[in-house]
Amino acid sequence: MQTHTFKPDLPPPALSVGVVGWLRANLFSSWFNTLLTLFAAYLVWLIVPPLIQWALIDADWTGTTRADCTSGGACWVFVQQRFGQFMYGFYPTELRWRVDLTLWLAIIGAAPLFVPQMPRKAMYGLVFLVVYPLLAYWLLHGGFLGLATVPTSRWGGLMLTLVIAAVGIAGALPLGIMLALGRRSDMPAIRVICVTFIEFWRGVPLITVLFMSSVMLPLFLPEGMSFDKLMRALIGVILFQSAYIAEVVRGGLQAIPKGQYEAAAAMGLGYWRMMGLVVLPQALKLVIPGIVNTFIALFKDTSLVIIIGLFDLLNSIKQATTDPAWLGMATEGYVFAALIFWIFCFGMSRYSQHLERKLDTGHKR
Amino acid sequence: MPEAIKQTSAEPMILMEGVHKWYGQFHVLKDINLNVQQGERIVLCGPSGSGKSTAIRCLNRLEEHQQGRIIIDGTELTHDLKHIEAVRREVGMVFQHFNLFPHLTVLQNCTLAPMWVRKMPKREAEEVAMHYLERVRIPEQAHKYPGQLSGGQQQRVAIARALCMKPKIMLFDEPTSALDPEMVKEVLDTMVGLAEDGMTMLCVTHEMGFARTVANRVIFLDKGEIVEQNEPEAFFTNPQNERTQLFLSQIIH
Repeated sequence: MQTHTFKPDLPPPALSVGVVGWLRANLFSSWFNTLLTLFAAYLVWLIVPPLIQWALIDADWTGTTRADCTSGGACWVFVQQRFGQFMYGFYPTELRWRVDLTLWLAIIGAAPLFVPQMPRKAMYGLVFLVVYPLLAYWLLHGGFLGLATVPTSRWGGLMLTLVIAAVGIAGALPLGIMLALGRRSDMPAIRVICVTFIEFWRGVPLITVLFMSSVMLPLFLPEGMSFDKLMRALIGVILFQSAYIAEVVRGGLQAIPKGQYEAAAAMGLGYWRMMGLVVLPQALKLVIPGIVNTFIALFKDTSLVIIIGLFDLLNSIKQATTDPAWLGMATEGYVFAALIFWIFCFGMSRYSQHLERKLDTGHKR
Repeated sequence: MPEAIKQTSAEPMILMEGVHKWYGQFHVLKDINLNVQQGERIVLCGPSGSGKSTAIRCLNRLEEHQQGRIIIDGTELTHDLKHIEAVRREVGMVFQHFNLFPHLTVLQNCTLAPMWVRKMPKREAEEVAMHYLERVRIPEQAHKYPGQLSGGQQQRVAIARALCMKPKIMLFDEPTSALDPEMVKEVLDTMVGLAEDGMTMLCVTHEMGFARTVANRVIFLDKGEIVEQNEPEAFFTNPQNERTQLFLSQIIH
């Protein structure tokens, strides 16, 4: 009998691997790409060194007034002096510990959810999601159980931005998922309601929604009845963003093969268990990039509340730049705002990538 | 199961009476009558598009029949969701494309329905699952994800997953059609083992060797009708109908 001898595996050619190989393949693969690479390098050289010069090397970091900014670079004294206002808005200085505590509770409370071996994680997460908002409302707004009321008109700065973003995300995601399920429902009435809702909210600009909630809604409400401006804005943001989430999630639902629904149904799982245990875990995982995309947009869109006179991070900074004592500090202020927004959005983006890798169970079809 | 819909066990396990089904204008099932006793092993065969898959998918109402009656172990399949879910608890199904849940491990695939439908405690569900995974001879894969297994292994997990619900009836919808040839045998062996234990089985398959060794009855469908049914030996050696003869001559070389 003949025995076949298999050839041994050989290493790849040296020029195709390592740093040299990477450079050749990605930057200098043709004369045109070489030209582009050199041009890009020139642009970087044109922009980055002056920026570093302005923002870091020539910058003034310490002082109390604009008179301390003498070196001609960025005047970070402005940001430093107004930092409290940028973070807390008009929240009373002596009560700012309540905002800090709320943030710390969020971090400490959510931490166990990121421990892989934590038992009963789902249960804990559910309790956290119910308890924390109540706790946060009590701490931030107060008015009962011994805490003085801080009306929402005094909320502002990054704190307000985070409140709008967090409430918007926490509200829009579940509502969006329900809308997506409703849009694919077998029941015509539910389908029509969901389609109408989604198409309505997707069809109007967020500015209009906020403006309507602030200006028009009180006209329709009975005399003497009013509810909080921030609350109205929050509801507007949730309804608006849930329509976008719904469409993202629907894309995920459509990507799940029919066989998954059939297998779940054949085992005797009812509609909600089939969706909750089999379909949604897979669909949501597929659309993480789209959902996070929407969240990032939502986070940045919070700055639109400027239109109804709420002082979020951006509006706080804008207002500070109009202070006669700090005229001409707009650049520093907006660069700072951009940096804060970027840190949060980039954080969300990185976390979503981590989540995608973690949830990848190697079934890419 | 509620007492009202449960009847005596002398009834047939599966009863189809004058079942018709249409897809739009297309008449897929025409007057199907079938009576399956407990422990019987039926093989359905027929050319593609003959309605054999549709027929067994009607038995757990993945497809809805529009005329006639289907009674599974005393429970009639109607629009009543309670009846449908009661039937689905007792009827396991294995699909051509396995349809394992890719986001769950093999063990979680097997414990999902027992825990959520039968309300079995997790520990007990896992014991049951390991028992059946051992039966299909892949207990060592319990903590892997379906995507990491071969087709044959996945199909054996799918069989174990269905068995974990301790069903009275098992339906197989072309369980080996999507497998590489070298993996067909391991799945068929598992099914033969199941048949030897007395499971009531309905199997849509083209594996005629399997039909010969395991089935009590072979049913030939064509154009939505039962054309011929007989014991396997008689069915294969002496088919009565010309359609059956033609079909057999095409698949057996």
